[in-house]
Amino acid sequence: MNDSEEAEVTNEPLVEAPADTVAGEVVLRLTDVVKTFPGVRALDGVQLEVRAGEVHCLLGQNGAGKSTLIKVLAGVHRPDSGEVVLRGEPAAFVNPQAAMRAGIATIYQELDLVEDLSVAENAFLGHEPRRLGFVRRGHMARRTRQILARLGHPEIPPGRLVRHLPAAGKQIVSMARALSHEARLIIMDEPSAVLAHDEVGNLFRIIRELTAQGIAVIYISHRLEEIREIGDRVTVLKDGRTTAANLPARETPTRDLVSRMTGRTIEYVFPDRPADDPASDELLRVEGLTRHGEFADVSLDVRAGEIVGIAGLVGSGRSELLETIYGARRAQAGTVRMGGRTLRPGSVGAAVRAGMGMAPEERKSQALLLGEPIYRNVTLATFGRYARLGFTDAARERAAADRIATSLDLRPRDVRRAVRTLSGGNQQKVVVGRWLLGDTRLLLLDEPTRGVDVGARAELYQVIRELAARGVGVLLVSSEVPEVLGLADRVLVMREGRVVREAPAGELDENTVLDLVMAGSLMEGAPA
Amino acid sequence: MSDTTPTAAPERAASLPAQSPPVDPAETAKADRSAGLSWWRGDGGEGAKRNLGLLATLVVLVVIGILTRPDLYGDASWVWGNTLTILKLASVVGVVTVGMTFVIIGGGIDLSVGAIVALAGVWCTTLATQSYGAGGMIFSALTVGVAVGLVNGLLVSYGRLVPFIATLAMMVAARGLAAEISDKQTQVSNDTFINGIASTNVLGIPLLVYILAAVVLAGWVLLNRTTFGRRTVAVGGNPEAARLAGINVRRHTVLLYALSGLCCGIAAIMLTAQATSAQAAMANLYELDAIAAAIIGGTLLSGGRGTIIGSLLGVIIFSTITNLFAINGLSTEAQNMVKGGIIVAAVLVQQVQFRSLTQFLARNRATTT
Repeated sequence: MNDSEEAEVTNEPLVEAPADTVAGEVVLRLTDVVKTFPGVRALDGVQLEVRAGEVHCLLGQNGAGKSTLIKVLAGVHRPDSGEVVLRGEPAAFVNPQAAMRAGIATIYQELDLVEDLSVAENAFLGHEPRRLGFVRRGHMARRTRQILARLGHPEIPPGRLVRHLPAAGKQIVSMARALSHEARLIIMDEPSAVLAHDEVGNLFRIIRELTAQGIAVIYISHRLEEIREIGDRVTVLKDGRTTAANLPARETPTRDLVSRMTGRTIEYVFPDRPADDPASDELLRVEGLTRHGEFADVSLDVRAGEIVGIAGLVGSGRSELLETIYGARRAQAGTVRMGGRTLRPGSVGAAVRAGMGMAPEERKSQALLLGEPIYRNVTLATFGRYARLGFTDAARERAAADRIATSLDLRPRDVRRAVRTLSGGNQQKVVVGRWLLGDTRLLLLDEPTRGVDVGARAELYQVIRELAARGVGVLLVSSEVPEVLGLADRVLVMREGRVVREAPAGELDENTVLDLVMAGSLMEGAPA
Repeated sequence: MSDTTPTAAPERAASLPAQSPPVDPAETAKADRSAGLSWWRGDGGEGAKRNLGLLATLVVLVVIGILTRPDLYGDASWVWGNTLTILKLASVVGVVTVGMTFVIIGGGIDLSVGAIVALAGVWCTTLATQSYGAGGMIFSALTVGVAVGLVNGLLVSYGRLVPFIATLAMMVAARGLAAEISDKQTQVSNDTFINGIASTNVLGIPLLVYILAAVVLAGWVLLNRTTFGRRTVAVGGNPEAARLAGINVRRHTVLLYALSGLCCGIAAIMLTAQATSAQAAMANLYELDAIAAAIIGGTLLSGGRGTIIGSLLGVIIFSTITNLFAINGLSTEAQNMVKGGIIVAAVLVQQVQFRSLTQFLARNRATTT
């Protein structure tokens, strides 16, 4: 590579605030955008106005049309009618590449990275710098390094395989890809869902830097507190329509936002906590459970009818602990006892037979057969009980699933529908409902409300509390501290694989728990 | 965030579950649609839809036969005889395909089926085995099939080998063992009962066709009406979900390959009976025929979806093509090229047809309501 090229590379501004977008100017305007799929009006008149340099938050329940809207902007879907105006010019993207060329980059919730390509190869995927058909690897690595430095992560090596990066690192690579396209509008679909608390701080720092350069960000999140912190304006979608546009993100009362999303006013409402009953039977006793590098010497117990919550960051070992108790991972030391009987380590079957059930963290990849009907998902752990001599009884299964669907207020209620067609909250009900069919005595819940909208959350909380009232023990893991504090009777705080505090939920408040989970953890990158 | 922190407002909490949330019109629309389609949306309904396309393909092939050889198709007795020929042709591969369909739905693949048929055929026609008579021959063929299948299954589930690799190795090894046992010679079967399996007709229909029908029926029941079938779909559709629901995924995987081996054992007896002999090179490339038939029949290569009837239709389509070429006196080379094209065309047509059909129906409903 000769000198003149070097110069060209270094002089090339990495993220240029586009000359034609002064801060505050309208970058994108959607008017009456409609998109229908067979039988469904996914978008039914969406208005959206995004200005340069702002963080525009998109709020809406699952099924409100956020995903469809993103896909329209990203060139995946083409709107049936309505107007999309990008920087003053009508835009119609025929495919995702066209949207990207127009300066719109999308960072999807499920990051669309190629795991077995390097960081640099992912950042420049599809538009690798080329000469005579050969990829200019050195040039690509250098530019990737510059972009990563700009994102505040110069420590990520461009040559490292993406597979070997943690979730937060992968997100940085996705953002690097957006910047490599010199995007002027970046859409982020629930970027914080895969991040631990301190990593969210870093994400926000990056977003602020981007917007300071005149880049517009469309930010989608279920977490209202994040929208308060990072957002400038908010547009609310409901049933494919814009119900409120351009609300100030910081000043609009939560009650207003929620009521525009749901058409009713609710907040995080947790069911009443019954009086403590120390006389109830001990259900689960875990002693000295250890898996090297994940968690060490964890002891805990759960009584019948009790909800025990585990608070901790991603990487604190909480999910691994839950899976080990369930037998999905094999402990290196320690014992798990259910009702006094020691369980065979590393056997899910033994745990299920002893009366355990688990709703894992990743619903779609760990819990559901998406193409199969609802009832078959509900009976996935119990279809054997409805069978006679190995022959299944679909009618009885459907009847049983129908009872569950009714008691959990599953919508829609037709248990023959494929699970794929349900919203996140209803899918979660299917997973929880699965364990209501058997004689489950202990329910392990890993992030039960991730990706679940506000309305369905309250219903899930109610279901969990009702289960406990019926004598089921619940062990709950959540990264949302208010959820653990509001729902659990007793709380264990985990940090770096160890239980650092155990107390009745009433004796803890959010700040105490946050201090405990974060103390000594990696705070680099978080805003001071 | 004072209003998002846990505020257990008692009166609210009590009123919440009773309060019915607003009905999402999009969801209702979807529900209506599914209710309208429910008559064919039952168990395996989507598969039934795909099978209609396969039947249409079969009809087209017959029409081509009529157009190219109107002289033959004018004779009703010839048509009946030819239909039986086609079914007989399909019988051996059909049995293998039933086992293959289970393995593929369960998320695997079995490249060793042809080799297992050869090994089981050779094993059951050694002089030593033949001295035990027909019962001994059948027993040994089935046992060899199941045993080799078990080894496949153990390698895949407990040895954690990729199915492709494990069964590829078995394909090579089993053929090698068959050549070793037979000393590369053709072993003639002298058992009249075994040989009679291929030449016997019951009510004018070859016994081989009955065997195929029995295996297909058993396979259909096993897949659609038993816990074994449900586990197969779960294990192939989402192994992690199956495991976390308490299903023993590894054990089930072993059983799937053993089942495939069992089908190969049955096929070995049928093929040995047809040829009245066995040799190490028999059932050559059956793995490809079986996989192709399953894929044409709508079985998803990534697992979790497939039908036995679809696979059966896939096999029959293939043997009809072979027959079509035979009655027109065309070469097998040209036949193979057409088969390759048919595989691609069938999958393409199914995809388009499936999409447009559902869209058409949905639109129809939307306009009528």
